[in-house]
Amino acid sequence: MSTHAQPVGGPLLTRSYHVLLALVGLMGLVVAWRAVAGLGATTALSDGYPWGLWIAFDVVTGTALACGGYAVALLVYILNQGRYHPLVRPALLTSALGYSMAGFSVVVDVGRPWLAWKLPIQFWNWNLNSILLEVALCIMAYTVVLWIELSPAFLEKGKESSWPRVRRFAERASPRMEKALLWFVALGMLLPTMHQSSLGSMMLLSGPRLHPLWNTPWLPLLFLMSCLAMGYAAVIFESTLSSHFFRRPRETRMLAALSGVMFWVVLAFGVFRVGERALGGALGHVATLDKYAWFFLAEMALVAAPLFLLASRARRADPRRLFQAALLLMLGGGLYRFDTYLVAFNPGDHWSYFPAVPELLFTLGIVAFEIAVYIALVRKFPILRGQAPARVRAAAAA
Amino acid sequence: MALDRRTLLRGLLTAGAAAAGGQATVAQAAVRVAPPPDAVGLLYDSTLCVGCKACVEACREANGLEPDVAYIQGVAYQAPVDLSARAKNVIKLYREGERSAFMKAQCMHCVDPACTGACMLGALKKREKGIVSYDASLCIGCRYCQMACPFGVPKFEWAKVAPKIVKCELCRHRLAEGKLPACVEVCPRGAVIYGTRADLLAEAKRRLAAHPDRYVPKVYGEHDGGGTQVLYLAAVPFEKLGLPELGTEPVPTVARTVQHGIYKGFVAPVALYAALAAVLVRNRRRGAPAADEETPA
Repeated sequence: MSTHAQPVGGPLLTRSYHVLLALVGLMGLVVAWRAVAGLGATTALSDGYPWGLWIAFDVVTGTALACGGYAVALLVYILNQGRYHPLVRPALLTSALGYSMAGFSVVVDVGRPWLAWKLPIQFWNWNLNSILLEVALCIMAYTVVLWIELSPAFLEKGKESSWPRVRRFAERASPRMEKALLWFVALGMLLPTMHQSSLGSMMLLSGPRLHPLWNTPWLPLLFLMSCLAMGYAAVIFESTLSSHFFRRPRETRMLAALSGVMFWVVLAFGVFRVGERALGGALGHVATLDKYAWFFLAEMALVAAPLFLLASRARRADPRRLFQAALLLMLGGGLYRFDTYLVAFNPGDHWSYFPAVPELLFTLGIVAFEIAVYIALVRKFPILRGQAPARVRAAAAA
Repeated sequence: MALDRRTLLRGLLTAGAAAAGGQATVAQAAVRVAPPPDAVGLLYDSTLCVGCKACVEACREANGLEPDVAYIQGVAYQAPVDLSARAKNVIKLYREGERSAFMKAQCMHCVDPACTGACMLGALKKREKGIVSYDASLCIGCRYCQMACPFGVPKFEWAKVAPKIVKCELCRHRLAEGKLPACVEVCPRGAVIYGTRADLLAEAKRRLAAHPDRYVPKVYGEHDGGGTQVLYLAAVPFEKLGLPELGTEPVPTVARTVQHGIYKGFVAPVALYAALAAVLVRNRRRGAPAADEETPA
């Protein structure tokens, strides 16, 4: 049994958990304020910068960090690397949370959310040229698929429920879900391929106002590569932190192998990113050393540093380096996406944007909510695989 | 064991099939959208404008917008400095040394607009006479149109709880009553005139030919960004007036070519799904871990 996923257990409402809940509460206040006072009062957005932190970070960067489920599923199910299987459920959970909260951010960010129901329903009004429509529908669908992919964890728990009705449902649904799951797993790889690349295509429409260091018809491929790299990085990050905080054995060998995959994805991304812009004749802009050049160089540094940290098998076996590389890569990939949507977008010199306090609080609250729900679900449901839960081992040691 | 390069490439190819597949077609020429036969628009001749701003106030009144008040030496003026949710039409002044020129800003009513390409449900759409018009009942307020428009035309009612997009709709409500657009009707100098795009273009070229000394030898909007239904004549370079250099390709061309290349007939996504499912089925048959099954330790 020890190799199966099982609840971590342990107390939930610790002191740090209260901090998370407080941050979530603040987010709730921001949402309420935004609902009664409007976007102008709660954000620093303007006609020049109509998209700010909530889109560039919560959605564009957040969903890429939530691509662990996608990236690991490709390895496990398509490349048939079964040894990574223990990483699937926690990765799916972070993905499901990341995508759900990205969806929530969009609902708060759009100006007329009470009409959002028309998007999936009124297909006769669909503008099939709209890349955002494709992204929106695809992300909605994928969020549902992610929770379905995760449902075996809930059904397993349901089988042990003390309520007979829940138990019966779980026992009946489990085998059916097992059979059907394959088709959802395939969808779970198709949909992110579609919308993560389309998140790049979206900024092609802003091309005339996008800095040449970012504006390229290859944006969809670059966004796809960056979401894979960030997905692997997020899995390493999440797994390392889980081991640390839940005092579980480290999964270093598995993560080291995974970081080998990540290394090549990041290398491909970095080489393509620079090479393509060099061929496009845009690299000269770096020499100007203006704001754009520095952001570009910062991206490059944040991509080069993890490559350096992971350059040999011996280095990859060092959990500290692994964690540092993952963290840098999350920042680097995130900065690339953030830049493409905000920094490289120039609506004219008379416009400026820096997120307002409520915007920052909202985003902070989103992250806190994701961590809080992750901790709660991991403690109560069979998500993480591993040895006996920490408290059992602690008791044994005492 | 680390994965080798071949395995990685295989993975990337699987993942990137759809995205990469479309790239090959980027270079191919896209089908150029022609202006609708009944396309109407404006011709603004910067050399005739005296900057009286009668059109600004007429536009505000005709469209029922709140005044955008600026205080100049303690006196309140309806004086919007730029397009906003309270101004669908403004007059700007360009000045550099001795040279100066007026500029009228409003929606360009592009032949192939970026905003309508962005809009999810067609709230912004080229409707009658090629006018880019707005239907709030189809607008979610996503503001992608604002991100897309290279002229910075669509504006958003940031101060409202139920905001809408605000932009010039060429006074289509007045056109329906047989009237002229408000800005055209009040212009005392005929600096802005209304007509079909074809007539306006002919008139602009006539003026260029008659007074080659007066103008920069170009009609802005004839080909710029794939052509616009609002056309400009000026004595100073157009970019000085805030009209961007867009080239002759419509702004949405690249995005559309890439997107259509990837999603043409929805073949690639279906094929990718079939391929993914086939690999999953094969892997399960081979006894590898099926969907969310545990591997024996």
